[in-house]
Amino acid sequence: MSNGVAALSPHVASSEAAPAVSVQNLRKSFGSLEVLKGVSLNAREGDVISILGASGSGKSTMLRCINMLEVPDSGEIRIGGETIGLKKSRRGMEPADQRQVDRIRSRVAMVFQSFNLWSHMTILENVIEAPVHVQKRPKAECIAEAEELLAKVGIVDKRNQYPSHLSGGQQQRAAIARALAMHPKVMLFDEPTSALDPELVGEVLRVMRSLAEEGRTMLVVTHEMGFARDVSNRVVFLHKGVVEEEGAPAEVFEAPKSERFKQFISSHR
Amino acid sequence: MDFAFMRDTFLTLIGGVPLTLNLAFMAVGLGAILALLLALMRISGLKVLNWPAQAYVFVFRGTPLLVQIFLIYYGLGQFRPTLQEWGLWVFFREPYWCAVFALTLNTAAYASEIIRGGLQSVPHNQVEAARACGMSGFLLFRRIVFPIAVRQALPAYGSEIILMVKATSLASIITMMEITGLAAKLISQSFRAVEVFVVAGLIYLVLNFIITRIIMAIEWWLSPHLRRPPAVEPRLEAAHV
Repeated sequence: MSNGVAALSPHVASSEAAPAVSVQNLRKSFGSLEVLKGVSLNAREGDVISILGASGSGKSTMLRCINMLEVPDSGEIRIGGETIGLKKSRRGMEPADQRQVDRIRSRVAMVFQSFNLWSHMTILENVIEAPVHVQKRPKAECIAEAEELLAKVGIVDKRNQYPSHLSGGQQQRAAIARALAMHPKVMLFDEPTSALDPELVGEVLRVMRSLAEEGRTMLVVTHEMGFARDVSNRVVFLHKGVVEEEGAPAEVFEAPKSERFKQFISSHR
Repeated sequence: MDFAFMRDTFLTLIGGVPLTLNLAFMAVGLGAILALLLALMRISGLKVLNWPAQAYVFVFRGTPLLVQIFLIYYGLGQFRPTLQEWGLWVFFREPYWCAVFALTLNTAAYASEIIRGGLQSVPHNQVEAARACGMSGFLLFRRIVFPIAVRQALPAYGSEIILMVKATSLASIITMMEITGLAAKLISQSFRAVEVFVVAGLIYLVLNFIITRIIMAIEWWLSPHLRRPPAVEPRLEAAHV
């Protein structure tokens, strides 16, 4: 639409061999419960991957491992070719270098189920917080860009209001603007519409669809079958901590190989 | 009631206000720094830090402030040679510094629990959002955790400040001529305890009224997110004012 949007879209690297996100043989237990039992996943630049699964299948845990909100027990995570260093400690695994994790997190933006906007800051302050204080970019530039992003998600008129003054759908769109403001290489969405009233789901999905059309790399944990089918170019179905079905949406929805995925689709229509 | 006498009393006692406020603000200011340290020790998750902080809070909340003042004012005198060696005697020979010291240690114990409550009530999901943006350590504390905690803790902290203003009256026991000290002196000269204490009480009441108002203003200023947005329903807004 505007040239501002074009300037904000990520440049798709022409011949980059390394995948944007590579997850190899990820394992994670909470106590005696093994949530991930060796999950692997590769996302190339521009991929939009929908991660489906019943609750407890490990899909959110896998997503949260990618930016180290959960630390995996074993396995390897690479972001843009850079492996996240892990080390053993008394309490289990932990990141070897917090600065590396911080640096990677500032390139891997996350959108949460319950928005998680900072309640004491206005919408505009929420959006410029990390660009100004983590990425140390000039404030004036960040404000101008934040206003463009808020216009893009359709809530620029709310920029001086606080999160508690906005509806759930508006808060989630603000959270998406906050994620975009960091110029992320990869965007992680953790059930972004699950906490929303049904009539507010559409406005958030529309924004996500426009991001997908810009060619952004997105990993989306969702229950929205329509989004998985129409917007994503790959679907991953997790069941009890393993990848049970994977492929292009046309294939997996038309001819699912796994019996469980068949059941899952029919139960979600 | 002898109003002329009460007016003279008022004029005398008002001279104690600066010292009362001085003691209160020194203690609250220094106590806040100590309290923040103690609160961070409490939530550090490290036994070596948590345990001493817990013991400190137990001792200073569990004993009367008056006893603490006596122990510091009279008790530390017994360690005079050591304190002189450390260069601290210049402080502890002054009743003013003994009072500030005792009030600070006391308020820090209470305030650390208030701050700990504030820090622990910061919603986990907001901290997680900050981590996901690449914040950690001091930046995360300064930009997200502390500002949210302060907003949670301020109402309780306001009460603690008022308690400290009143607690300064105990400093009169160790010769500090603040409001209560002056009142006690006046009574020993005039033997008119009721009038003098009524005036003293009224002065404390006015001081604390002003302090309450200031704290309310700070709370109001820090919590626009808890009020209605200005553009919405202006009529309702007007009704509240």
